Amino acid sequence: MNILVIDWLIFAEKLVLIAVIIFSSLGVALYTTFAERKVAAILQDRPGPNRAGPFGLLQPLADGVKLFTKEEIIPNAANKFLFILGPGLAMTAALMTCAVVPWGNKLELFGRTIALQIADINIGILYVFAVVSMGVYGIMIGGWASNNKFSLMAALRGASQAISYELAMGMSLISLLFLTGSLSLKTIVEQQINNSHFWNIIYQPVGFIIFFICALAECNRTPFDLPEAENELNFGYHQEYSSMKLGFYLFSEYINMFISSAIMATMFFGGYDMPFVDESKFDPNIAAIIGIVALMVKVVIFIFVFMWIRWTIPRFRYDQLMDLGWKKLLPLALANMLITAFFILLQSNPIKF
Amino acid sequence: MQSLTSRAKAVERSPMTFLEQLYLWNILKGMFITFLHIFKKQPTIRYPEQKREFSRVFRGLHVLNRDSEGRENCTACGLCAVACPAEAITMEAAERLDSEKHLYREEKYAAKYEINMLRCIFCGLCEEACPKDAIYLSETFTPADFARKNFIYNKSDLLIPHRINQAEELSAAKGL
Amino acid sequence: MAATQIIFWFLSVLALVSALMVILSKSPVYSVLWLIALFFAISGHYILLNAQFLAIVNMIVYAGAIMVLFLFVIMLMNLNNETEPQKNLWIQLTGAISGGCLLMLLISLIKQATEIHGKRLIFENGTIGLIENLGKSLFNEFVIPFEISSVLFLSAMVGAVVIGKK
Repeated sequence: MNILVIDWLIFAEKLVLIAVIIFSSLGVALYTTFAERKVAAILQDRPGPNRAGPFGLLQPLADGVKLFTKEEIIPNAANKFLFILGPGLAMTAALMTCAVVPWGNKLELFGRTIALQIADINIGILYVFAVVSMGVYGIMIGGWASNNKFSLMAALRGASQAISYELAMGMSLISLLFLTGSLSLKTIVEQQINNSHFWNIIYQPVGFIIFFICALAECNRTPFDLPEAENELNFGYHQEYSSMKLGFYLFSEYINMFISSAIMATMFFGGYDMPFVDESKFDPNIAAIIGIVALMVKVVIFIFVFMWIRWTIPRFRYDQLMDLGWKKLLPLALANMLITAFFILLQSNPIKF
Repeated sequence: MQSLTSRAKAVERSPMTFLEQLYLWNILKGMFITFLHIFKKQPTIRYPEQKREFSRVFRGLHVLNRDSEGRENCTACGLCAVACPAEAITMEAAERLDSEKHLYREEKYAAKYEINMLRCIFCGLCEEACPKDAIYLSETFTPADFARKNFIYNKSDLLIPHRINQAEELSAAKGL
Repeated sequence: MAATQIIFWFLSVLALVSALMVILSKSPVYSVLWLIALFFAISGHYILLNAQFLAIVNMIVYAGAIMVLFLFVIMLMNLNNETEPQKNLWIQLTGAISGGCLLMLLISLIKQATEIHGKRLIFENGTIGLIENLGKSLFNEFVIPFEISSVLFLSAMVGAVVIGKK
């Protein structure tokens, strides 16, 4: 009787991989909150959190304990079920994206080859888009269920911003996909590792800039953090939230930042490719570890740039934000797409004079 | 209209060019400025470990002085209380008994001497008004407390420790 | 029963339950959320049929974009039990009759459709849903309908802009 015809070893392997990736992205997000405060401090000529533990390294734990011990408030008029569902959805959507990112090449352990990617599906990028568009529901449901008009306004603000910037993001990626000819992130990385091919940033600088700006907007980071404008727009969709539910929202933002950095590194900066090093000369395990380290270094650089931007630029006015998304980035991405398509056509059908 | 200074600049209101509307160049300029701040020296003093030097003219917590034989200088004349702009000082005078000659320098002494540290503005006028060199402003802070009543310092809080009888406390107060 | 079949039954039950809940739930916001669940279940079915592109596009376009706009409208109108207008008995009756007619029509169509008879679902083997094959058939065999539908969308967009400008 074979009810479930599954290769249990692969199942267990993937389960372990999922657990490792989820916990490490949670850990990275935890320390991103700390890094955020540290970077802010350094850019503002002050030391930043340095009391909890050596160099303040235990600060995120202290913050977590603080959030956990705070009073859990659910407003009387709120829709209780959706109020709790909101942060959960935000967190789930943030974590789901990491399934298609290739974190490294293959590990060879116990005579098995373990691919360091949860699922190599041939529509990887589209999957990322689908999950990102799901992230809007966390914001909208949380804002609406609070039964507070300011939360609702902020939720609408956030959702319309996310939808608007998804368009330009998709357009900028289409021109990249023209070049790669594949939607699988793994294939895209392998193309970039190939020596005759440079990183995609060389071929698609404009596309990268558009994608980066849109990633800022999707993660609700400054200068696009209108959904959670604390000081001038009366906080955001999480105004009524307290304790760990608020923590979930804030946390999912940092996980989003981490994952979008990983995706940018994968698509434009060669993923787990260490530049100027030929990985095929090494033992596959060592090569895989080098690859993971290379990817992480790229991710850390991106996260630093995210923070650097946050502590440099004030936020946009809302009409400027919409203007930038619809009237600047979208036409720019379209033009970029057409030009790329033109060159690819030229390459495949050379004009004969 | 004539400009008030030579540095005045007219506000430019010409419409932005396409590149300016993309904001990218200005954003990069701004980011360069913040990047330079990474290498700047931090002016922060990490307080409990490091302490900022007081200025030479710092005026802190009051001290009631004793003379070279360890007797209290204060005669409760009330000039400090009169001089005090914040009306922080109150005192009650008492006459010295013969048996107390080693305790008080003059015939009259302050039986009760209170300074409300929440009212005090640390101006130092009491110090200047005192004809007997009895009150000084030291180089310490008033420590924080939870209750208002604890900020009313009485004689036992203010009086400098005796040079011989309380030698240890004196050196502790001097911070040695 | 293989794993795919278990998943198939689970997704079918989920799809039917959520479709029913879309109609039955009192609050329109809940209806929209159940509709999203329904789209997810249908996407799951697409994946079972190895039509990954369709599954993801269904999620991006319907669950990700259109449903967000639905939620926008419902949240802004603040529909709840007090503000809901009382429906006329006649309107309810006509609705029931027309809906019933449609149901009858669908059932009779499915019964008459001879192609379906004796055919089983092809799990994991069909390749038409993969993005390359889909693209090739869209731009070779079905290029004219595809382009005509894009013109249709363009006209809809122009219409929306014209209405918005008024």
